[in-house]
Amino acid sequence: MTNLSLFILIPLAAAFLIPVVSRKLKWFPDVCGIFTTLLLLLLSLQTMNQETVYAMGNWPAPYGIVFVLDGFSCLLLIIINLVGFVSTLFSFEYIEYFYTSKLRYYSLFLLMLAGMNGVVLTGDLFNLFVFLEIASIASYALVGFGCQSRELEASFKYLVMSTVASSFILLAIALVYGRFGSLNIAHIALLIKQHGMNDTIIFSFVLLLVGFGVKSAIVPFHAWLPDAHPSAPAPISAMLSGVVIKALGVYAIVRLVYNLFGMTALISNLLIYSGIISMIIGVLLALGQWDFKRLLAYHSISQMGYIFLGFGLGTPLGILGGAFHLFNHSLFKSLLFLNSGSVEYETGTRNLEKLGDLVQKMPVTAFSSLIASLSISGIPPFNGFWSKLIIIIAAVQAGKPVVALWAVIGSILTLASFSKIQRYVFFGHGKNFDQNSFKAINEVPLLMKMSMIILAILCTFTGLLMINGVNGIFGPVVNVLDAGPHTYIEKILKSNFFIPGN
Amino acid sequence: MIYTLCFLLFTIGLYGVTCKKNIVKIILGLLIMEYSINLFLILLGWRKNGIAPIIDQSMSHEVFVFQAVDPLPQALVLTSIVIGLGVLSLMVAISIRLYQRYGTFDITEMNKLKR
Repeated sequence: MTNLSLFILIPLAAAFLIPVVSRKLKWFPDVCGIFTTLLLLLLSLQTMNQETVYAMGNWPAPYGIVFVLDGFSCLLLIIINLVGFVSTLFSFEYIEYFYTSKLRYYSLFLLMLAGMNGVVLTGDLFNLFVFLEIASIASYALVGFGCQSRELEASFKYLVMSTVASSFILLAIALVYGRFGSLNIAHIALLIKQHGMNDTIIFSFVLLLVGFGVKSAIVPFHAWLPDAHPSAPAPISAMLSGVVIKALGVYAIVRLVYNLFGMTALISNLLIYSGIISMIIGVLLALGQWDFKRLLAYHSISQMGYIFLGFGLGTPLGILGGAFHLFNHSLFKSLLFLNSGSVEYETGTRNLEKLGDLVQKMPVTAFSSLIASLSISGIPPFNGFWSKLIIIIAAVQAGKPVVALWAVIGSILTLASFSKIQRYVFFGHGKNFDQNSFKAINEVPLLMKMSMIILAILCTFTGLLMINGVNGIFGPVVNVLDAGPHTYIEKILKSNFFIPGN
Repeated sequence: MIYTLCFLLFTIGLYGVTCKKNIVKIILGLLIMEYSINLFLILLGWRKNGIAPIIDQSMSHEVFVFQAVDPLPQALVLTSIVIGLGVLSLMVAISIRLYQRYGTFDITEMNKLKR
């Protein structure tokens, strides 16, 4: 059995150690970063199919802080640490080329990792807020890491919007504490069951939904994302789009909706329609972009729409599709951001009009990005196809064929905008393409290639294996969420309290 | 009543963040929001003529439960102040850098990002 506090202790300790040690040892940040994330990845793979409740300081559930590991947290842990590991591999040469301070970069990176691991593990509402802020503060600093005027501007915009969201979340937590006098998620769920909802709780639920909605960049609250994600260094963009918006946004919303407040028809409709709106608006805005990373950032909004749609349906199949798409999106979107990073590393530009004909010069980048583009636009046999298929089938089964139709339209538009990337960057060239300036281009260094190849292989094969293996990882997720608050309460509070039946 | 005033303070902060054009005023708005929540949390645990939540042997448990203020919100506020300090210092650092780049605190003139 894994000790759950290790997921927070290891990156925190490493984040502290790096600035202390690396004044003397120049190689230390790289090695420590890669070693730490690899260790975390192995630990998180070890947690598969485990269910544990770890009480901090051995205080039992409603009094002390607990860490809860179940199917859903386990899935998120694996995603976070996998993408974290691959991004560190990529950072090795990328950061040296573009930026100056490796030690600060790795330190902030590991802090962000610690915060996200904490968010997905904790079973306490205020502790969730603390970890959320740790991860957010590290990500504000990383978005503005280059200190150019654009990066600072994006970072400030992200910071203001996200801090307002955090204030909303804190206010909601204060209201819930004032009503029930407890901060443990399971205990609050139990008290809501006993006393019923009242206006205070509904108000705080709305505040929480808005707060985490900003963090997950769902459409009315998406304005910060297309600025913040392209401004960050490429591995951080991969982390932000691949993991941060999911761990801080979707995970928290889904956990609160399913395990704390309980799913109702109103919430379900809210999630479905906000999902559809972000799906369509995100992809339409993406079509018009000429900046490689900005286009990808708009696609993150659109794909988040699919995830929200899947979870919003509330049926077991919908949850399965949502969770599967969450997993797949983190793989192919981080791969695409790494591709854009390596294109920028070699050519020095992200403008689609100036790029072209990179397929002969950078075959690994070109083909891994082809795989990622096919998966994000839902072409079989890659993984994105299966998860979108599951979501669409679930929508039809839930009696919402119109919703399914919108999902298909969104997918076709995604294909259109990714054929644009392939056409202008790799397999053709744009208007302002200058052949002579691209003569000296080679493939990127080994570690960057390796990180892209790992993700490309995963994109291909998770699609194939999941036909049979889908119950192995995603079965527990569905069980945890579909069972509603009752099982969650029982698991955490055990026999300390009388729990009324369903 | 006093909770309503807290909420009013929160909305004043929100107004500052959303409607002001000056970075310093936006930062002040965020701080007002944060402090209003801190005040709200402290008020949740407060009781009139309460005693400090420290129990000693001469005190019976009933007296303690009925007289002491709730210590948990105080711990929460302490944490949230520390978090607020981190956010504030980062915000001020970024705004100083922004001032160096643009020579102004007006956000309407910072438009190098594509719209």
